[in-house]
Amino acid sequence: MDYAFFQAYWWFLVSLLGALLVFLFFVQGGQTLLYTIGKTEQERTMLVNSLGRKWDLTFTTLVTFGGAAFASFPLFYATSFGGAYWPWMLLLVCFVLQAVSYEWRTKAGNVFGHKTFEAFLLINGFGGLILFGIAVGTFFTGSNFTVNKDDLTQLAMPVISTWHTPWHGLEAVLNVRNLLLGFSIFFLARVLGSLYFINNIADDMIVKRSRKQVLRDAIAFLVMFLPFLVWTLFSQGFAVQPDTGAVFLEKGKYFFNFIQMPLVGLFFLVGVVSLLYGIFLGAFSKTSTKGIWFAGIGAVLSVLTLLLNIGYNNTSFYPSIYDLQSSLTIFNSSSSFFTLKVMSVVSLLIPFVLGYIIYVWRVMDKKQIDKAEMDEESVKY
Amino acid sequence: MGTLDLSIIDWSRAQFAVTALYHWLSVPLTLSLGFIMAVMETLYYRTGNEEWKRMTKFWMHLFAANFVLGIAGGIILEFQFGTNWSNYSWLVGDIFGAPLAIEGIMAFFLESTFFVVMIFGWNKTSKGFHLVSTWLTWFGATLSALWILVANAWMQYPTGTFFNIDTVRNEMTSFSAVLFSPVAMSKFFHTVTSSWIVGAAFVIGVSSWYLLKKRNIEFSHKSILIASVFGLAGILLTIFTGDSSAYQVAQKQPMKLAAMEGLYHGKNGTSLIAFGVLNPEKKVYNDSIPPFLFKMTIPDGLSWLAYHHLHAFVPGVQDLLDGSYLLTMANGEQIKPLTTDEKLTFGRMSHQAMIDYRLAKKDKNDSLMSVNRAIFDATSPYFGYGYVTSKAQLVPNVPLTFYAFHFMVIFGGFFLLFFVLLLYLRRKIQNMKWLLWVGIFSIPLAYLTSFSGWIVAEVGRQPWAIQDLLPTFAAVSNVPVSSIKTTLTIFVLIYTIFFIAIIGVMTREIRKGPESIK
Ligand code: HDD
Ligand code: HEM
Ligand code: HEM
Repeated sequence: MDYAFFQAYWWFLVSLLGALLVFLFFVQGGQTLLYTIGKTEQERTMLVNSLGRKWDLTFTTLVTFGGAAFASFPLFYATSFGGAYWPWMLLLVCFVLQAVSYEWRTKAGNVFGHKTFEAFLLINGFGGLILFGIAVGTFFTGSNFTVNKDDLTQLAMPVISTWHTPWHGLEAVLNVRNLLLGFSIFFLARVLGSLYFINNIADDMIVKRSRKQVLRDAIAFLVMFLPFLVWTLFSQGFAVQPDTGAVFLEKGKYFFNFIQMPLVGLFFLVGVVSLLYGIFLGAFSKTSTKGIWFAGIGAVLSVLTLLLNIGYNNTSFYPSIYDLQSSLTIFNSSSSFFTLKVMSVVSLLIPFVLGYIIYVWRVMDKKQIDKAEMDEESVKY
Repeated sequence: MGTLDLSIIDWSRAQFAVTALYHWLSVPLTLSLGFIMAVMETLYYRTGNEEWKRMTKFWMHLFAANFVLGIAGGIILEFQFGTNWSNYSWLVGDIFGAPLAIEGIMAFFLESTFFVVMIFGWNKTSKGFHLVSTWLTWFGATLSALWILVANAWMQYPTGTFFNIDTVRNEMTSFSAVLFSPVAMSKFFHTVTSSWIVGAAFVIGVSSWYLLKKRNIEFSHKSILIASVFGLAGILLTIFTGDSSAYQVAQKQPMKLAAMEGLYHGKNGTSLIAFGVLNPEKKVYNDSIPPFLFKMTIPDGLSWLAYHHLHAFVPGVQDLLDGSYLLTMANGEQIKPLTTDEKLTFGRMSHQAMIDYRLAKKDKNDSLMSVNRAIFDATSPYFGYGYVTSKAQLVPNVPLTFYAFHFMVIFGGFFLLFFVLLLYLRRKIQNMKWLLWVGIFSIPLAYLTSFSGWIVAEVGRQPWAIQDLLPTFAAVSNVPVSSIKTTLTIFVLIYTIFFIAIIGVMTREIRKGPESIK
């Protein structure tokens, strides 16, 4: 197993964390639906408690996604976070607001009242999702940065990554394709949120409204995502010359990547079909509560394969449109061989971690949340 | 290219310090209350006494309110390395990123998964599984402390790495050297055991308030007993690990030690300052103004603390910068460390070698490349000195480091007496109003003591982000100062709101008291 193997392996892990994160965004999606699906105080209490047992999982996945990106692709971490400062910072602010909201919302002595913390949850839902989508959009559309390692010894200005717009990342909002992805993630998360409610809560009104909501958001998702997908697959992609490492634009690059890596392409299709089937179960089945699992697996597979697409097969995953040759690939931005190897040993723990998460999820959710539990249980959000 | 706006550095540092201190508002309580709860729940598990369960649940409510504050602070700290210290993130990400990633995989998931069981699982899981979850939540928190402190310790004492001239960054060569570095070990044990003092003071303070109000008497006595035993263990271990921390500082960061003690001129058999007042007139390290207005000393104390040798030479700021001296090691051996002038020369040589190497590489001139590589490899441990333009830049803020250190140690002494006294008096404290008030005030005192420890560790290592390798100046991101000021303002606003909220939530829970727990 050589260096390139471990670089590919860590790109896979980071992509997997990103994909799991998108699935777990059902928490954020659910938050944006608090007032749409919950019409009474009691209904909202059920929704909040249902999401409240999962929010930290999403949060921790985001944190680990960041940590893994830092450790395996530090040049990406440095360039993107230090350059596209504003979208990332605002994203963080959205998550900081979420962290305390569930726990403090209904506590006696909370001087700001529960409405404030519900507002925080809405900010986290809307802002977090759209900003994340836009930020990931730049992986496909490119950004304005340069990397010049010679600068390290420039005493007056030793910073090696430079961002070339005064907006420091906010300019990404002006790109239609980034926006399409931002709203795709947003509506997808809402679909997943409703499907999760259907699975997790035993209440006729909530389930009925959630099923309706699945369909609405699914249509909005498709309206956003299909143009993004077609546009991305068939427009210019950022290809790398394998021998020299030179980056150049190639029409249809991302489409050809799926063809040239048939397994990745195949799993992308499987993901999309599974997602659509999950949506179908949620919107049209009268009894099935399993929509979340099909849609969830579908979301994970499609996001994972899209990210693998831009990392593998001589592609730049974080391109610069300001200076093509500064674009980042999994080879020029990764940690050293040694570090990747050490962390790969640690990564063998991941199945174990997934195992206990699934076990605890099942133990805690054996019984669905219902009105009676909310009335009786003394510990609740 | 342009020039780097120097206020970027100050604002980035301010932002880091503010967010780190907010994070630290929560962390020590998480590390310690978690343990206290787990002990109480274990007592419940063994005796089946509902009273223990009620106590566990009461402290758990307070734990949860505090825990989420830590999560809110932690995420900013992590991503801040990228957003505000991007050069740093590239240059040392190969070493520094790994513990952060491992922390996420190993510790954070453990904490967040079992936290949910601990809070909501009382009626959903078996007694045994619930108990295990409580212990795992505490264990996860402590494990996360280990990894982040390994990362922090590496910045104080970079080891297990080399500077790769081709990739232009530091690369790890030995993971075990990073993980088991003596600095990491003393830092981990000192930080964790000193945090126990914070939790003990918290439980004692809250219980003292009940005793003053003459309510929840049984509950309070039991809580105080458990907390004082735990606190006493904490302070004894803290003093022991603090001593080994000081020993490590003396070996690895002698400038920090000099600042901690306000020492400008060393000698054989240097005394330790027990208490002192610095002379505010002293502005520059090599002026002739005496550093102290007043001091009480312990003869030969510092030599003992720093080198475990009563007559060892302890260098002061001026010896470190302008002189040359011999160090006595524990085995009596004497060595002569590099002088600052030599380090500065090496720093400049390594910069020049890097420039020449990269030019030679462009010209494909192999012999020039290998010459410069050899120079670079020999001098790169002092790479950071290449950025230093005057020796005065190498002196940290002496008054802040000095007072913070002495505050910590003096109140360490206070806590030792305090816990012993509580254990000696036991139930008699009920009628000793003054002592109960001391109990309440020990809560803020414990936090301040813990904060001052971090101030010693972090302010004392300035100007280095990574000791000898990277000054904070060269570690930053090139983000407009206005942006940093704006994000800092946003954080201060949010954290102020949070601070008000948590005080409200906590005082209300405490007023309601354990009797409100069903
Ligand atoms: C000695 C202990 C210690 C120290 C020095 C730090 N932390 Fe921390 N951190 C914890 C001990 C801890 C903890 C006790 O484990 C927390 C508090 C609440 C929690 O969930 O875990 C935590 C939470 C926490 C979280 C949220 C985790 C989650 O989602 O569950 C992040 C991202 C960080 N920390 C990151 C950092 C960074 C980047 C630090 C350094 C600059 C740092 N922490 C210093
Ligand atoms: C949570 C407890 C911590 C506190 C209270 C704390 C405190 C501080 C303070 C006060 C400063 C500013 C020093 C100055 O500018 O004079 C600082 C800077 C810094 N600290 Fe910490 N620190 C903590 C933990 C850490 C840890 C665990 C790390 C590493 C993982 C770390 C890394 C840094 C960095 C990178 C800077 C900015 C660069 C610098 O100014 O040196 N800190 N910290
Ligand atoms: C009583 C004797 C004590 C001694 C001799 C001592 C010594 C030290 C030293 C030398 C450092 C700096 C380590 C470094 O820069 O790497 C330090 C840091 C620290 N101290 Fe203490 N300390 C004592 C008591 C306490 C107490 C009572 C607390 C808190 C309640 C505390 C909390 C801390 C913290 C949080 C740090 C920063 C983390 C670290 O660097 O390990 N200390 N201490």
